[in-house]
Amino acid sequence: MPYRSFRSVQADLANGTTTCRGLVDDYLTRIAENAHLNAFTEVYADEARQRADELDGRRAENPVRIGRLHGMVIGLKDVLSHAGHGLQAGSHILSGFTAQFTATAVERLLAEDAIIIGRQNCDEFAMGSSNESSAFGVVRNAADPERVPGGSSGGSAVAVQAGLCLASIGSDTGGSVRQPAAFCGVVGLKPTYGRISRWGLVAYASSFDCIGPIANTPADVALLLEVMAGADEFDSTVSTRPVAAYSQATLPSLASGGRPVRVAYLIDGVESEGVSPDIRRATQGAIDRLLAAGHVVEPVSLSLLKYLLPTYYILTTAEASSNLSRFDGVRYGHRAQPASGAQTDLVEMYKQSRTEGFGPEVRKRILLGTFALSASYYDAYYTKAQQVRRLVRDETERVFANYDFLLTPTTPGSAFRLGEKSDHTAETDPLQMYLADIFTVQANVTGYPAISIPNGTDSNGLPIGIQLMAPPFAEESLIAMAERMFKV
Amino acid sequence: MKVDTETLYKIAHLARLKVPPEEEGQLLNSLNSVLDWMEQLNEVDTTGIEPLTHMSALDEVDILRDDVVKNQLPRTQALVNAPVHDEQFIKVTKVL
Repeated sequence: MPYRSFRSVQADLANGTTTCRGLVDDYLTRIAENAHLNAFTEVYADEARQRADELDGRRAENPVRIGRLHGMVIGLKDVLSHAGHGLQAGSHILSGFTAQFTATAVERLLAEDAIIIGRQNCDEFAMGSSNESSAFGVVRNAADPERVPGGSSGGSAVAVQAGLCLASIGSDTGGSVRQPAAFCGVVGLKPTYGRISRWGLVAYASSFDCIGPIANTPADVALLLEVMAGADEFDSTVSTRPVAAYSQATLPSLASGGRPVRVAYLIDGVESEGVSPDIRRATQGAIDRLLAAGHVVEPVSLSLLKYLLPTYYILTTAEASSNLSRFDGVRYGHRAQPASGAQTDLVEMYKQSRTEGFGPEVRKRILLGTFALSASYYDAYYTKAQQVRRLVRDETERVFANYDFLLTPTTPGSAFRLGEKSDHTAETDPLQMYLADIFTVQANVTGYPAISIPNGTDSNGLPIGIQLMAPPFAEESLIAMAERMFKV
Repeated sequence: MKVDTETLYKIAHLARLKVPPEEEGQLLNSLNSVLDWMEQLNEVDTTGIEPLTHMSALDEVDILRDDVVKNQLPRTQALVNAPVHDEQFIKVTKVL
């Protein structure tokens, strides 16, 4: 059985039950056995074994002077730069690309003795909610291989779910860490915007993108956040606020005189027809447990709820159209070959390279963003969405004036079938896929932190997630509360 | 309909993308349905609301480091990912 917490890994490493090399070999075996899930796009078998041997040697020399992540075997979503390794963001346009530097977040994991075992499949340029748009093919949910793992960090969530690594690092622009974590029955954290440096993260929408950990327990995502967070001179948007000891965070218990926690829950999460009955029931169950524990739990509604996704899509497609203009086939990435004998000018080369290199969803979002930013429509779409973004943030701030946390289901439904929402030939509404992110996007539109933890299963045995959101930089209490709910 | 065929080709040109002929119809439908859905925002009164343009805390916008050269990418490394290059330069099709 694979390990389900870093604490148990550390205990077994300390008492000699296992070694880093033993851990890596076990994970490599399970990765091979679960190749059909398609969670990894590349596995660094030799490198991980070598690293494990080095770490075992270091522990033998001096068991006290080891890094905080010594023995943690981690996978990286294919959007994080790791020098000397492939990096493709799940896209053909970066076929053969080798990263030239290491992301700050990854650098910090390595400095604390983590072992990177491979890079993990994701939706192309992190655009998707089902991991069906990757150039590397679909990823399958280990709970039911005919169903999606969620996205865009689908490979990362499945890898943790199936015990192919202890933890993964993903990215979350509209729910891409939390939604797949919910679909796969694991824990996913999106920190406050700017808590972790984005240096070395392939950009999708820069005012939304956050690096976030996926693991089995709140304690493990807390430790990873603690290691990755903090000031970085290569990202001018990263916060310089001190990094707390998130992995030690606790909430004072009511028994020891702590005040009751004040939780608001979004009324739509337990009443809306758009939320599956099983998820409504599971969410109500979590509310009942909090009430029984003596906390204040009260319903709230958001008047701007239905405007969250349109705001998100206008702004993210606009930012994406700008960010992805760098892929032009000149300095790196795919360059189209001119038809034999044909004279091709530079603009024609850009167009052909980009059209061949990007998949349909990415091209569609670039076109939407280009439209929203075009001179005649800029104010009607882009400026309007930025104004609504401020109103959403103001309304969210008002909720948190009275409450410590906002509770919602992570997703309105559980993992859907492969092709169910993505089959472009069928009569599927492209907006159905977008609605999977209805509860997660608020945290990205506002920049607030949020965590998804498992909350039982539905009648098909599929995992259900519950989400807690907190005010900016309140990760300590957010994680402590998640830890408390996780243990129940 | 916000996007007609002419507009589609215009924005595709601005985005440096081609519209494969077999995708034209579906793309028009798909873009227009998403844009219609986005227009729900017109129901929100935003009179006098300042657009939110920075997500960092107000005291932390654009923190810059000292302007010192560091973190360079050596030429040999920079050329590793170039699709067509010689010893020194990345090559493109004849421009002039």
